[in-house]
Amino acid sequence: MLDAGSVMSFEGLPKGSGDKKLGFRDSIYLWEVVRGLGVTIGHLIHNILHTGEMPTRQYPEEKHVYGERFRGRHRLMQREDGSPRCVACQMCSTYCPADCITIVAAEHPDPAIEKYPASFDIDLLRCVYCGLCEEACPCDAIRLDTGIYEIAADSRASFLVGKEFLLTNDTDGTL
Amino acid sequence: MELVLEILAKCVYMIALIMIMVVVLIWAERKGAAFIQDRTGPNRAAIGGVRLAGLVHPIADVLKLMFKEDIEPTHRHRAFYNLAPWIVFSVALTTYAVIPFGDHLTVAGRKVGLVVADLDVGILYVLAVASLGTYGVVMAGWAANNKFTFLGGIRATAQMISYEIVMGLALMGLIMVFSSLRLTDMVAGQGELLWGFLPKWGVVVQPLGFILFIVAVFAETNRNPFDLPEGESEIVAGYHLEYSSMKFALFFMAEYAHMVIGAALIATLYFGGYQIPWLPRPVIEAHAGLLLTIKLVAVVLASVLIALLFLRRVQREKNKFGDARDREPVLGVLFWLALALAAVGGLALRPWAIGPAGADLVATFFQVGMFVAKLVFFAWLFIWVRWTLPRFRYDQLMHLGWKVMLPLGLANIVVTAVVMALV
Repeated sequence: MLDAGSVMSFEGLPKGSGDKKLGFRDSIYLWEVVRGLGVTIGHLIHNILHTGEMPTRQYPEEKHVYGERFRGRHRLMQREDGSPRCVACQMCSTYCPADCITIVAAEHPDPAIEKYPASFDIDLLRCVYCGLCEEACPCDAIRLDTGIYEIAADSRASFLVGKEFLLTNDTDGTL
Repeated sequence: MELVLEILAKCVYMIALIMIMVVVLIWAERKGAAFIQDRTGPNRAAIGGVRLAGLVHPIADVLKLMFKEDIEPTHRHRAFYNLAPWIVFSVALTTYAVIPFGDHLTVAGRKVGLVVADLDVGILYVLAVASLGTYGVVMAGWAANNKFTFLGGIRATAQMISYEIVMGLALMGLIMVFSSLRLTDMVAGQGELLWGFLPKWGVVVQPLGFILFIVAVFAETNRNPFDLPEGESEIVAGYHLEYSSMKFALFFMAEYAHMVIGAALIATLYFGGYQIPWLPRPVIEAHAGLLLTIKLVAVVLASVLIALLFLRRVQREKNKFGDARDREPVLGVLFWLALALAAVGGLALRPWAIGPAGADLVATFFQVGMFVAKLVFFAWLFIWVRWTLPRFRYDQLMHLGWKVMLPLGLANIVVTAVVMALV
């Protein structure tokens, strides 16, 4: 704790930082005000003449493209016949720190596969996009590689997405 | 009857000027702030895909504010709550009555002075009326019955008391130099030359007074770096926190109207008002034809230059969006070319051979234009400073007002008196 009389240390900070006393030129403000006005008008004129160089992204038209490893909205992978690759082993829902995956397992007609998800629901509002489900999955059935980050809807209910939705792998950003 | 019409016409001109300035300033504030901060600023409101660089936004704003629900807190004092925005706004408009916006205009052989009310106590009127606006702010802060608005009102009072004094002291020096309280006399006095080459502007004869005055004006208009009464970071929105819909719009417009009055006062008192430096009115009248020709040629050249800049944008942004917005620079080219054509049309009317009746009109036109140009520049200065400087801390504000500016104001009066006695 700092007591009232102690002085803060500004060691290691850039030169000039800290609560030092202003010199005459700084204390009358005027010179620094004029200098500041020069800086701002410089930016203004530069930006009027070079509107194209502005870093602003016109969002709905120009979207940011994240890197390949960005974890976006989930998708369920399919087998060649279009059925989900998931075997309803519950590893992802067990691992999930947000507890957002609900899987109801059912017996698969093919004895080689044993189980399949009768339903596979993800609550996108609870999901923290950590990607642990991806890591846990033994058969690469769930991935977060769609790159979709615009996850918005009008009602809470529509954030609860099911198997069909995750399998169709929509990329238009709507729920 | 003629007199009434005359005054009405001048009132309409002044109010139209203020209202147009308010709209333009709101646009300039947003767009200027954005460009200063390397952003693009508002560019979404559009009419048929045309956005006019954000100029459509004020229209959207007005529509929004008009149709918004007017929410009143139940704990307000109804009468004062409803009265406050009107006081602030009407006071902002009233101050313009004494500002001369031109020398005179000869209508049907009669000289019409271009000032709504040529009071012989002009400056006192300005000081008196301008400080009435504080009542509106304090009333709003108190009547809304909210801690934050109340704090905003208190801050406004303290700030006004501190800086009104400095303003008065700064003006004393000016009054001594021009020995008049009448604004038209002061502007006429600033048309002269000092030592034969310097325009006798207030800023030249009263440099320290000018600095004190401009700082006090910034404090009076509640603009950065003196916008403590609305300090968003500490007291939400200050005195107008509990207002919505058109009542809020009145406060909003009043702020900009106050900026315009501040700019008009700076231009009138310290920068020669409608006077064009080194071009007194008789000279303009004598060479009206030549000056008008130069002016039109300059307009042609400037518009062609700006049209070329827009043409460059047309080529650059051919397929930027892929819709109607790509055609906006074309509109810019067309507008500036039309202006250039209009000026060429004016040149075709042989302005260099203008008669004496026209010369009077040209001189008035030049001087009124000069006043508007100065007004626009100083109004822009308010915006420019706002986006450059951070807000003062409350103790810094009081320190600057009472311990720096007040002694300087007194010293300015003494020095002015001594110099005037010696010269």
